[in-house]
Amino acid sequence: MKAAATIKKNRSRRSLSKGDRFTLSAFVGIPTLLQIILLWVPAVVTIVLSFTYWNGVRLEDIRWAGIQNYKTIFVNEPLFYQALKNNGIWLAFFVLVATPLGILLAYQVDRGIKGHAFYESIYYLPVVLSLAVIGIIWNFMLQPGGFVQGLMGLDIGNAISIWGNPDINTWVILGVASWRHIGYIMLLYLSGLKSVDPALKEAAAIDGATEWQIFRKIILPTMQPVNIIIVVITLIESLRAFDLVYIIYGNPTIFPLLNLLVFQNFAGQGISMKGAAYAVILLVLCIVPIITYLRVTFKEDLK
Amino acid sequence: MSSGVVQSEKYRNSQKRKDFFISLFIGIFAIVWIFPILWTVWTSLRPYNDIISYGIFSWPRHLNFNNYVNAMREMKIGGYLLNSAIVTIPSVILTLFFGSLIAFVVTRYKFKFNLTLLLLFTAGNMLPIVLTYIPVFWMFIWVGELFGNRNLLYNNYGGLILVHVGFQVGFAAFVLSSYMKTIPKEISESATIDGANVFRHYWNVILPLLRPALAALSVLMTTWIYNEFFWALVLMSDDSKRPITSALRRLQGQYVTDFNLLAAGAIIAALPTVILFFVLRKQFIAGLTLGSTKG
Repeated sequence: MKAAATIKKNRSRRSLSKGDRFTLSAFVGIPTLLQIILLWVPAVVTIVLSFTYWNGVRLEDIRWAGIQNYKTIFVNEPLFYQALKNNGIWLAFFVLVATPLGILLAYQVDRGIKGHAFYESIYYLPVVLSLAVIGIIWNFMLQPGGFVQGLMGLDIGNAISIWGNPDINTWVILGVASWRHIGYIMLLYLSGLKSVDPALKEAAAIDGATEWQIFRKIILPTMQPVNIIIVVITLIESLRAFDLVYIIYGNPTIFPLLNLLVFQNFAGQGISMKGAAYAVILLVLCIVPIITYLRVTFKEDLK
Repeated sequence: MSSGVVQSEKYRNSQKRKDFFISLFIGIFAIVWIFPILWTVWTSLRPYNDIISYGIFSWPRHLNFNNYVNAMREMKIGGYLLNSAIVTIPSVILTLFFGSLIAFVVTRYKFKFNLTLLLLFTAGNMLPIVLTYIPVFWMFIWVGELFGNRNLLYNNYGGLILVHVGFQVGFAAFVLSSYMKTIPKEISESATIDGANVFRHYWNVILPLLRPALAALSVLMTTWIYNEFFWALVLMSDDSKRPITSALRRLQGQYVTDFNLLAAGAIIAALPTVILFFVLRKQFIAGLTLGSTKG
C-alpha cells in the first residue's frame, strides 16, 4: 500500500513535462519574488538600518551606529514610554472590554432573536468605514459645536476640548476604536458560534446550568480555535494602532503610540533611523502573537 | 420522558422571555451604535448657514443635496474616487490571481517547500507595515532612476498597486489554500489523467472551483485596500493622485469650518464600501470566516 503510494507520487513528479515544470516555477516564483522583494527584504533592511545613522537622503551618508538608536530611545525619549503605556492601555482595554463585548454581542445575537441579521449589519457597519471617515464622523460628535457638546449645553463660545484633554482623551479614543473593533469581533465570533450545536446548550440548561456556566463550559471550549485567533487579532490590532490617532492629531505628541513614533521619524521633516529602531521594537512585540497565530492555524501541517 | 418534555417546555418559555429583553437591549444599543453615522448624514443634508444661524439642534429650514454637489465640485471628490478605483481594482485582481496560484501549487503538488512557502506568505501579512516603509520608498526611487523616470513607481499608481499586492497576497494565499483543501483531490487527478497540462489544470479546473472563495475574498480585499491609508499617504506625493481615503485627511484640514460640506465628502467616501457590504453581505461574512475559522 505504502509502496504503491510512493510509486504513484514518484510517477506524478516524473510525469511533469518541461513545459509544466516551467509553468509551475512561474506560478510559485512570481508571487514569491514579489513577496520577498516588497516585504521580507525591506523588513530585514529596516532591521539593519536601525543600527545606523542616516537622514534618509543620500545612501553614501549611512553611518554605523551600533545600538545607539535604541539607547537614545530607551534613555532619552519620554515619548517612547508614553507610547508604550498608551499601547499597553489600548491592548488592555481591547482585551478586557472591547473584545469581550464583541463576544457577548455575538452570543446574544446568535440566539436568533427577531431581526438579528439587521442588528448584525448595524453593528458591523463601522467596520467597513475607513478610519479617515470614522475620524470625521466622531469629530462631528465631539468637536466644539458638535453633537455631544451641544447636548451638554456648551455652545461654541463655552466649548471644551475633548480631544485635547489628557484626562479624558484616552477613553474617548478607545471608545471610538472600540466602536469599530466590537463589530469586527462580533462577526468573527458569530461565524464560529453557528457551528455550535444548539441542542447541547438546551440539554445543559435543562440540567440546571446557568447561562454563564453554559458559556464557560460549553461555548468557550468548543470555540477554542476561534478564541485564540480573536485574541491574536486583538493583540496585533492594538500594537499596530495608528490610523485613527493620526487622523485626529496628525502628530504623536498628544497621544503617542509606537506606530506614530515610527511614522514621525520616517515621514516627518527630519528622517532619522530612530524610526527604524521603533519599527523593530514594534516587530519584537508582535512576534509572539504572530507565532502563536501560525502555530494554531498550521497545527496539523507542522506535526 | 414526559417530565423531560415539560422541562424542555419550561426552558423554551424562559428563553422566550429572555429573548424579549435581550432583543430590546440589543435594539436600543444598535440605535446608539448607528447614531453617529446618521448624525453625519443629517449634517450633510443641511446648509452650513442654517446651523450657524439657528444652532445644530434647530429644526431644519432647508434640506437638500447642495453639500454633495459642492463636495463634488469644490473638493473634486470624483477625481479622488477615480484614483481609488484605479488603485483598488487592479490590486484586488492581482492579489487574488497570485494568491490562487500559490494555493494551487501548495495544495495540488507535494513539494518540500510547500509549508515553508505558506508560512512565509501568512506571516508576511501580519508584519507591521511600517517595518518596510523606508526600504520600499528607496527601492521605488532607485528603480525609477534606473529607468530614467523617478516617478515610475514612486508617486505612481503602479507602485501603490504593487505594494498592496505584496502585502495582501499572503492573506489570499492562506485563505485560498485552506479552501482548496476542501476540494477533493480526485478532480485534479482526473484532470491530469486527461492530459491537461499545469496551466489548463489551474485555469479550467481549479479556478472555477475557487469561485465562491474568490468572490468572498474580493469583497473583503476591496474594502481593505479601498480603506488603506498609510501607503497612499507616503507613496503619493501629488495630492491629485491620492485615493479618497488619504485625500480626505487633507480636505479635513482645509474645510475644517464648513463641516456640512465635509460631512457630505465623508459620506461619499464611505458609500462604495457600505454599498458593497449591503449588496454582498453574505460574501463579506464568508470572506472573514474563511480566513479565521479554518484550522
